Amino acid sequence: MLEAQDLAARRGDAPLFSGLSFSLEAGAALVVRGPNGSGKTTLLRILIGMTQAAAGRVLWRGKRVAPFDPALRACTVFIGHAPALKDELTAEENLASLAQLQGAPAERAAMLEALETWSLARQRALPARVLSQGQRRRVSLARLRLLARPLWLLDEPATALDDAGHVTLRAALDAHLAGGGIAVIATHEDLHLAPGVLRSLVLA
Amino acid sequence: MRNAAAQPAIEGEVWPGVAWAVQRDLRLALRSKAELGVQLLFYAIVVTLFPLGVGADPALLRALGPGVLWVAALLASLLSLPRLFAADFADGTLEQIALSPYPLAALISGKILAHWLATGAPLVLLSPLLAVQFGLEADELTALALGLLLGTPTLSLLGAIGAALTLGLRAGGSLLALLTLPLYVPILIFGAGTVEATRAGLAVEGGLSVLGAALLAALVGAPLASAAAVRIALD
Repeated sequence: MLEAQDLAARRGDAPLFSGLSFSLEAGAALVVRGPNGSGKTTLLRILIGMTQAAAGRVLWRGKRVAPFDPALRACTVFIGHAPALKDELTAEENLASLAQLQGAPAERAAMLEALETWSLARQRALPARVLSQGQRRRVSLARLRLLARPLWLLDEPATALDDAGHVTLRAALDAHLAGGGIAVIATHEDLHLAPGVLRSLVLA
Repeated sequence: MRNAAAQPAIEGEVWPGVAWAVQRDLRLALRSKAELGVQLLFYAIVVTLFPLGVGADPALLRALGPGVLWVAALLASLLSLPRLFAADFADGTLEQIALSPYPLAALISGKILAHWLATGAPLVLLSPLLAVQFGLEADELTALALGLLLGTPTLSLLGAIGAALTLGLRAGGSLLALLTLPLYVPILIFGAGTVEATRAGLAVEGGLSVLGAALLAALVGAPLASAAAVRIALD
């Protein structure tokens, strides 16, 4: 269970948000909306412990999250703005490298399946340098299911994705939540998740 | 509950983290060989400029040789430092590295080791060849190569701290030089001094021991300091 209590954040001297509290049990997703610069990315970075909150605290499974908390790191997939791909490596090598970095070296079959799911089967041997923005985003998202972590923190995951990509992303999220996972998603786009599992948070 | 069952048991393991970083960074280095060549060529050119500039007086060249070779090694090391973290910082990989279940200092140690293998080791191998144009004797060449072998990893380790501290700063490159070069001074003194000592007929062990001790100290301290600096850069 992921819980935020009375979180506040500031950028420089300007306050971004304050008094933010929510609690997500297994199977729930929080969609964070708000205009540019309202602190969506900052909130995600606070949740994972990468940025210090100005006030308040985050709890994971009832324990307070320290900065770069190892217990939380081992349970989370964090996908930021940048897709974290190396131009010199192929799509498949990038995916393998990122999975291994997360301590979850993937079987080749599982990796091919993940690439297949994201319609990247034909691009798997191409260097990331020649992939389009949407395809790079797909490679980045392909590690979601591969890593099988209970908490997903996604920053604008639908950016540059086409309609088919949206469908794949929604299917991945549905399966994750149905399996008892938790997701926090900062997004501008409507992901059409089932209303039963969905919470919404709007930052002003 | 597919997800809840996945509790990674690898949290905090050091060696797999080091291995991941070495493997990935060496692979990346091999895919961009041109960059490696540039650094090595820079070293060769800087060293060669001195005989061209000061003239062909054998006694003068022999006196200058050790210092020139070491200063050029320092500059070549400095040239390759920004590559250590900047690319990973720009493309978001550094976030993933900091959020990996492996200890950040272990991953950074691996990156530094790969950086040395790709930039420092070739320089050590090339240096006896370049030293010939300064007329150094065989035992001086040995002292030079051994000194560089112990000294260049320390340069990479100390440089990593500077590279991590200047991440994301404008004019980070020049600031990196200002931060790092003073840290390099003791290595330069003992490195070049070892070659001079050989010339004076003294044993090389003293200088090499100091370089070895510096390497051990840097090996312990630098990855931890770099890890702290990387976390600050990501905040």
